[in-house]
Amino acid sequence: MSLSRELKINGHAHAVEAPDDMPLLWVLRDLLGMTGTKFGCGIALCGACTVHLDGKPVRSCQLRVGAIGDREITTIEAIGATPAGARVQKAWLDLEVVQCGYCQCGQIMSATALLTSTPRPDDADINAAMAGNICRCGTYVRIREAIKKAAESAT
Amino acid sequence: MKHEPARATTLTRRQLLGRTAAAGALLAFHLPLRAQGKAGAAGGEFAPNAFIRIEPDGRTVLVMPQVEMGQGVYTSVALILAEELDADYSRVVLEHAPPSDKLYGNPIFGIQVTGNSNSIRAFWVPLRRAGAAARAMLVTAAAQRWHVDPASCTAAQGEVVHAPSGRKAAYGSLVAAARQLAPPANPPLKDPRNFTLIGKPQHRYDTPDKVAGKTTYGIDVMLPGMRFATIAASPTFGGRVASVDDSAARTVPGVHKVIVDEDLVAVVGDHMWAAKQGLAALVITWDPGPNAGVDSSAIWEDLRAASAKDGVLAKANGDVAQAAKGAEVIEADYELPFLAHATMEPMNCTVQLRKDSCEVWLGTQIISRVQATVAQLTGLAPEKVTVHNHYIGGGFGRRLEPDMALKAVRVARHLDGEPVKVVWTREEDIQHDIYRPVYRDVIAATLKSGRIDSWKYKISGSAVIARWLPPAFQKGIDIDAVDSAVDIPYDIPNLRVEYVRVEPPAVPTGFWRGVGPNNNVFATESFIDELARRAGKDPVAFRLEMLGKTPRLRAAVQHVAEKSGWGQPLPARCGRGISAQVSFGSFIATVVEAEVEDAGGVHLRRVTCAVDTGIAVSPDNIRAQLQGGLIFGLTAALYGEITIERGRVLQGNFHDYRILRMDEVPPIEVFLIESGEAPGGIGETGTTAGPPALRNAIYAATGVALRRLPIDRKRLAKGAPT
Ligand code: FES
Ligand code: FES
Repeated sequence: MSLSRELKINGHAHAVEAPDDMPLLWVLRDLLGMTGTKFGCGIALCGACTVHLDGKPVRSCQLRVGAIGDREITTIEAIGATPAGARVQKAWLDLEVVQCGYCQCGQIMSATALLTSTPRPDDADINAAMAGNICRCGTYVRIREAIKKAAESAT
Repeated sequence: MKHEPARATTLTRRQLLGRTAAAGALLAFHLPLRAQGKAGAAGGEFAPNAFIRIEPDGRTVLVMPQVEMGQGVYTSVALILAEELDADYSRVVLEHAPPSDKLYGNPIFGIQVTGNSNSIRAFWVPLRRAGAAARAMLVTAAAQRWHVDPASCTAAQGEVVHAPSGRKAAYGSLVAAARQLAPPANPPLKDPRNFTLIGKPQHRYDTPDKVAGKTTYGIDVMLPGMRFATIAASPTFGGRVASVDDSAARTVPGVHKVIVDEDLVAVVGDHMWAAKQGLAALVITWDPGPNAGVDSSAIWEDLRAASAKDGVLAKANGDVAQAAKGAEVIEADYELPFLAHATMEPMNCTVQLRKDSCEVWLGTQIISRVQATVAQLTGLAPEKVTVHNHYIGGGFGRRLEPDMALKAVRVARHLDGEPVKVVWTREEDIQHDIYRPVYRDVIAATLKSGRIDSWKYKISGSAVIARWLPPAFQKGIDIDAVDSAVDIPYDIPNLRVEYVRVEPPAVPTGFWRGVGPNNNVFATESFIDELARRAGKDPVAFRLEMLGKTPRLRAAVQHVAEKSGWGQPLPARCGRGISAQVSFGSFIATVVEAEVEDAGGVHLRRVTCAVDTGIAVSPDNIRAQLQGGLIFGLTAALYGEITIERGRVLQGNFHDYRILRMDEVPPIEVFLIESGEAPGGIGETGTTAGPPALRNAIYAATGVALRRLPIDRKRLAKGAPT
């Protein structure tokens, strides 16, 4: 039942053997060893597993590899190569957003997608884009600040 | 003797701290070093104690006795060591400590534990001495080389300098000579005014890797030939597997093995997806065991009945009975629910069990205890059990338990020596936690001339200490459960604190961020607000009048009142609530501003916090810990409750065990009050502070005196019966 398939991840083609219904999360983590993308809930409630599919944020725990086709997957390991991703990571460091860090790859992926689609987000935009990402350490105040800072640094 | 937990007489936690911290000052010295497991076992390095290794090329390795779970301790510990060592901080390398109570035991607990917000309190002096001793030896080595008086040399940025001659020697070049010297018994410590790292803005050591997705948490461990497993333990506490039909599971692609082990079922596969699918395909019949009749309502009934009895005396001042004669006695009771930790990184552990050895990979707050309990389970000698610690994706007390390691070893026992990573689903994580116990607090007080004259406070609940650190459980008193009740900051002439130990049936109880002070401070600060209203006083003014013996808290209350706009007008159904606390050695006052919607929903508008935590090693991290801790506590106040039905936990994931999200979190401002006192603890303080301040804000907004958490929105709806 396993199917050989090729996935485009971070600009490279990766051959994997995975059944159609296997979520991308586990393909990344367990088959490819790309562990920056995290497991938090498994049912689209926490955002820890967020990756980009053609630049749009998706929950990889819900994305079956059979449904991806030749769309481009971007993960935390390569998001710094995009201008918005680099700005977000820098703002995260400058403001020391991170505590345990477990949720932060997902936060950064969501924030980068937000800034890509909405370069000047207001608080309502930030709430809408980020409310799906739980941070148990409670870094939300700094995430909000860092998104604003990353937006400002774009000019 | 210094490695044994405190014993003898009953100690308050404050005494425990003072007593063992003194013993701990000796801990760092004259210890044989071998930070095994990592690189660096090679000779040639200068390793004057267990925390510092300097290699001939100048590479400076600092070994972290406390674990990094987000609280910033790696950075703080490195700053303290580097400060006294005068190392080049930008070039130090940090290493997780291997298991060794002897080398890395927390001076307060006597074992290798990270918890109770005491890392910096416990290690402040030992680490400074360790750094200072190493620096003194390097200076002596340089002075001997140059034939000058060591007193004429200074050290900075990883170099010894002899100013009169302009000579300099990098630490690396002094390693061979320094190795020959004996560590000084009493190295001089820096005057805090000369600190160049401590208290200065510093970036965290761990963040660059964390924002790049490069940090390896326990759950990220990958080993050649590794299998992946997920488990289901008996959903009913104390139940067992009766039978398993695995015919469907075996046909799931990638499933390797189905394991049945008493109360545990595991599916081992080529990846987590196969394991999860396999587990879902099993038809398991459970024997629910003796607890199938246990539910939350019975647990509360038991606790309420037990709390009516007299407790064990934990503290007495004056005479509460005498004071109550002829006075109006005001009484209230407060209750807190079971809580799960819900660390963002679900429970997991990787194990490779061979015939004569065992290797364990995980993130834990208790590495030596993991080693010991795995040794016990496998029958191996402890030195045959290697434990690799990792960055932790949230601890909060959950990883003060070894159960995830023991379950993983039980899975590995059914395999043929290949490594297996056992990852719990979120549902398994929430339903098989070690829970924050339910508590019930009953307080009776009298007022005299607008102040509290007597205060009789009885705490009832589980004694986590009795299970977790038995030698510290003395005379029937859980020093954690009564901590902030015994150390109440207010001037109250007649005081009595009692404790009733009540262990809930079936439900395992453990430490949860904020521990005992959460309960004590919630009850105390809620009741203080109710008494202020009875006395016809403003809650801030009422507190200030009774804080004469605690000037550091008094200053924090004044500071937060000013910064929060206390007393300024607010819209209808909005209120400000204050809470004040002395906990974990820090003095903190917090104001929450909240709005209660007509339907009863609660909206957080703003949080302001003032903290005196003594010398601030990492000021920005203190702010971060308070922001995060407040959100952790406010999450519990607004949503947190684990309920039990038919002996099992009803909640399972973030839809029914909710965590505050971005759109619910208000601005949170934290103000640090400067102080030259020894550093206090900080990681748990915000969690303790948030709930009573919110509860008091709701009280101010609506007049409804909530006395249990989580908040009951039905009671807050406009027109609801009070
Ligand atoms: S793991 Fe995918 S949203 Fe939580
Ligand atoms: S930083 Fe720990 S969960 Fe977000």
